[in-house]
Amino acid sequence: MTDGTPAVELRELTRKFGNVLANDGVNLRVQAGTIHGVIGENGAGKSTAMKMLYGIFRPDSGEIFVHGKKCVWTSPATAIAAGIGMVHQHFMLAAPYSALDNILLGAEPRRWGLIDRKKARARLEILARQYGLPVDWDRPVEELPVGVQQRIEILKLLYRDATILILDEPTAVLTPQETNALFVNLKRLRDEGKTILLITHKLREVMCFTDRVTVFRTGRVTGELITSQTNPQELASLMVGRKVVLNLEVPPAQPRTELALEVAGLTLAGSAAGSRHKLSDLNFAVKRGEIVGIAGVEGNGQSELLQAILHPHDSRCRTSGIVRFLGEDVTGFTALNIRNLGVAVIPEDRHREGLLLDQSVSDNFLLGLQRSPAFNRAGFLNVKNVAAAAARAVEEYDVRPKDLTTPAGKLSGGNQQKLVVAREFQRQPGVLIAAQPTRGVDVGAIEFIHQRIVRARDAGAGVLLVSSELDEILALSDRILVMYEGRITAEFRRGLVSERELGLKMGGS
Amino acid sequence: MRKLLQPILAVVLGLALGLAVTWMAGESPWHVLQILGRGAFGSRYDFGMTLFYSTPLIFTGLSVAIAFHAGLFNIGAEGQLTLGALGAAVVGAVWPGLPWPLAPVLATFAAILAGTVWGLIPGWLRARRGSHEVINTIMLNFVAAGLASYAALYLFKNPDSQNPETRPIGTGYLIHQFAIFGGAPVSMALPLAILSAALVWILLWRMALGFEIRAVGQSEPAARAAGIDPGRIRIIALAAAGGLAGMVGVGEVLGSAGKFRVGFSPDYGFLGIAVALLGRNQPLGIVAAALLFGALHKGAADLDLESEHVTRELSLVFQALIILSVSADGLWSWMKKRGAK
Repeated sequence: MTDGTPAVELRELTRKFGNVLANDGVNLRVQAGTIHGVIGENGAGKSTAMKMLYGIFRPDSGEIFVHGKKCVWTSPATAIAAGIGMVHQHFMLAAPYSALDNILLGAEPRRWGLIDRKKARARLEILARQYGLPVDWDRPVEELPVGVQQRIEILKLLYRDATILILDEPTAVLTPQETNALFVNLKRLRDEGKTILLITHKLREVMCFTDRVTVFRTGRVTGELITSQTNPQELASLMVGRKVVLNLEVPPAQPRTELALEVAGLTLAGSAAGSRHKLSDLNFAVKRGEIVGIAGVEGNGQSELLQAILHPHDSRCRTSGIVRFLGEDVTGFTALNIRNLGVAVIPEDRHREGLLLDQSVSDNFLLGLQRSPAFNRAGFLNVKNVAAAAARAVEEYDVRPKDLTTPAGKLSGGNQQKLVVAREFQRQPGVLIAAQPTRGVDVGAIEFIHQRIVRARDAGAGVLLVSSELDEILALSDRILVMYEGRITAEFRRGLVSERELGLKMGGS
Repeated sequence: MRKLLQPILAVVLGLALGLAVTWMAGESPWHVLQILGRGAFGSRYDFGMTLFYSTPLIFTGLSVAIAFHAGLFNIGAEGQLTLGALGAAVVGAVWPGLPWPLAPVLATFAAILAGTVWGLIPGWLRARRGSHEVINTIMLNFVAAGLASYAALYLFKNPDSQNPETRPIGTGYLIHQFAIFGGAPVSMALPLAILSAALVWILLWRMALGFEIRAVGQSEPAARAAGIDPGRIRIIALAAAGGLAGMVGVGEVLGSAGKFRVGFSPDYGFLGIAVALLGRNQPLGIVAAALLFGALHKGAADLDLESEHVTRELSLVFQALIILSVSADGLWSWMKKRGAK
C-alpha cells in the first residue's frame, strides 16, 4: 500500500434530486493501489457518489480530486480520459457483437478510415495476458457466460488506460466460482498498480477482498475503516444505523403430516432432441410447517423447476411428472388456479416477474389479487378496499416511501422485495415458494424477510426456498436438497452439513 | 399537472409551427387562424360538422388506446371501422323493413360484431401463433377494403347510384340527429362515443379485467407469474379495440349517410393513432384530442375557398406538427431541465 496523495478524493460532495438529498457532504479517500469497498444499503447514496466520480452526475457542491488534481467533469468521457472507468451492474455490451468489437466500440483504432482490428487485438492480447483475463475475442458476447462478459467490461476499461476502476455490485449476477475468479483477478489488478472501488452490499465480499472500506447511510459517510480492523457486525450496524441480527436464530421446525408440495417424476426434456434433460425425474415433498431449501449453483435447473411447478399445464415447462399442492393434483391447473389454492410466490427476478415497474405501489399490491373476493365484486375493483389493504401492508411490512402512488420502479431493491412479500403474504399461504428472496436486498431487509419466512413456516406454511446464497440456505432450511444438472443429488437435515461439503455437492462431486 | 401541460404545449407549438409555414407560403397566419376558427366554430352548423368529424376519432382513438394498454399496436382500426360500417349497412339493406328501436340496435350490434371479429383475428394470431399484430392489422386493412368494395359493388350494390355504395338502409334504422346544429349530421353517435369513453375508463381503472389488460401491457412475465393468461387478455383487448373502431359505422351509416360508401373514411383509423398519442391513451384526453383534430379537419376545409396560397391539406400539416411536437421527448426533458435551473 502506498501512502501520499490518494488516487481519489471526494470532498464534501453534495447532490440533491428534487427534494431528496442523495449525497450530503460526502468525504472519501482512496489510496492508490488498493481495493476500497464502498458499502451501504440500497439508496444510501453510494451509487450517486460513484456516478459523480464517474461524471454521470454533476455535484451541486463539493470537489473531486484525482491523484491530487482537482477535476470537474462535463461527461463520463472526461472522466474516462482522466483514467477512471466503471463497470455497471447491468453490463453495457452490444449482445450480437464479438468480444473484440465490444471492447473497441467508441474507441476504434482507425487506419485509412477503417478499423484496425489487428493492432487492437495485439494490444488486447498483451493486456489479457498481463492481467490474466482470457477472452475468446471472436465469439458474440451473447454466447459467452456472464463471468466472461464481466471480464470484457473490465478489459474495456483497461484498453482505455483506466487506472481507477469502479465496479458496481459486480457479483450480483455471478456464480460462486465466477465470484472467486473475479476477486482473484481484482487482486491481480491491484498488485499491478490499479486502484479499485468496489460498490457492494455484501459484507462477506468486503471482509474478504478489500483493504479499506467506506460505509454510507442515508446520503452520508458513517465510517471509513481498515478492513482488517473491523468485523461484519460493526459494518452492518454502521450501514443500518442499529444493531442487526446477521445470523437469525431459527427455532426447530414442527412439521405437520400434511404435504404442502409434492413433486413426483418431474421431467423436462432438453430443447433439442437428444440434449440433456433440463429436469430429470425429480422427486421430493415439502411438509406444512417446514422449510426445504434447494441449494445449487444457478443454472442447474432451479428456474426450470419453479416454472414447472407453477405452470404445470404449459407444455414448455414440464414434459412429464406430477405436481401436487396441498394434496391436490394440479397437473391440469392454470397458474391462477394454483395461486388460488393458497400458494404464495416470491419470484426469482422481481423486476421481470414480480412487479409492474411503472405502476403504482397499490397497483402492484393488487397484482394477482385482482380477482380475490376481498377486492373484487362482479368484475369491479373495490378501490377503497385495495387502498386500505395496501396502506396497511405498506405499514406492516415497512415499505418506504409510504406513498401508495409511487411507481414500484422508484423503490429501492429492498423495498420492492418487501412489497412483493407483503402482497404474497396477503394470501395467508399454505405454500410459500421463495426464490432468491433476498437477492439485491440490503442487510436490514434481509433480516426482515428471513423473519417473515420463518414466521410463515411457524404459521403452518410449507416453504420451498430456492437460493444460490449458501448462508441463506444454511440459516433457514430444515432440510436441504442439492440440485446439480437438473437432478437432486443430495439431501441433508438442518445442522448436519458443513458449508464446505454443501459447496462440493453443488459443484457436482 | 405536468401530464396535462405537455400535450397542451405540444398543440400550441404545433399550431405555431404550422402558422409559420403559412407565413412562408405567403399567407397571413392571422388570416389563416381566423378562417380555421370560423370554419370550425363559426356557426352552429360549422360546430356541428366539427363534432361530426370528431365522433369517429373518439372511437378510433379509444380503439388504439385500449390495445396500447395491453401492449399492442392496433394499426387496424381503419379496416375494423370499414367492416363495422359495412356490417351496419348490410343489416339495413337486407332487412329494410325492421321497425325503429329494434333496427338501429341490431345494426349497432352488427357494426360492433364486425369490428370485433376484425380485431379478434390479429389478437388470436398474436396470442396463439405469435405473429405480430402490427403486420397482421395492416394486412387486414387491405383485406377489409377489398371485402367492402366487393360487397358494395356486387353483393349489395345500390342500383340507383353511380357511386360505389350499398343499397340505402330502411328508414327505421336512422338514428336521431340533433336539430340545433343546423343540419349538420350530429347524431346519437356522439353521446354514444362519449359513453364509450366513460366505459373504457371504467374498464381500465375500475375493473379487474382492465387491471389485467394494463398488467399484460406493462410486463407480460409479471402478469403471467400472477396467474393472468396474457394470450387471453391480448385477444380480449384487440377484440375490444376492433369493436370500438367498428362503432364508427353507427354515426356514418345510421346517423348520416344511410348506406355504406366506399372510401367514406378520411383515414379515421390512422388518425386514431394520433388522437390516442395526443390524448395520452386516457379516455378524457382522447375526447379532447378528437375534438381538436375534428376542428382542424373542418376548419381547414374552408381554406380552399378563402385563401390564395394554402389549401385544406394544411390540416394534415398541423396534425403532423402537433404529433411531432408531442412525441419530441427530448425537447420536453430539455425544457424541464431548463425550468429546473
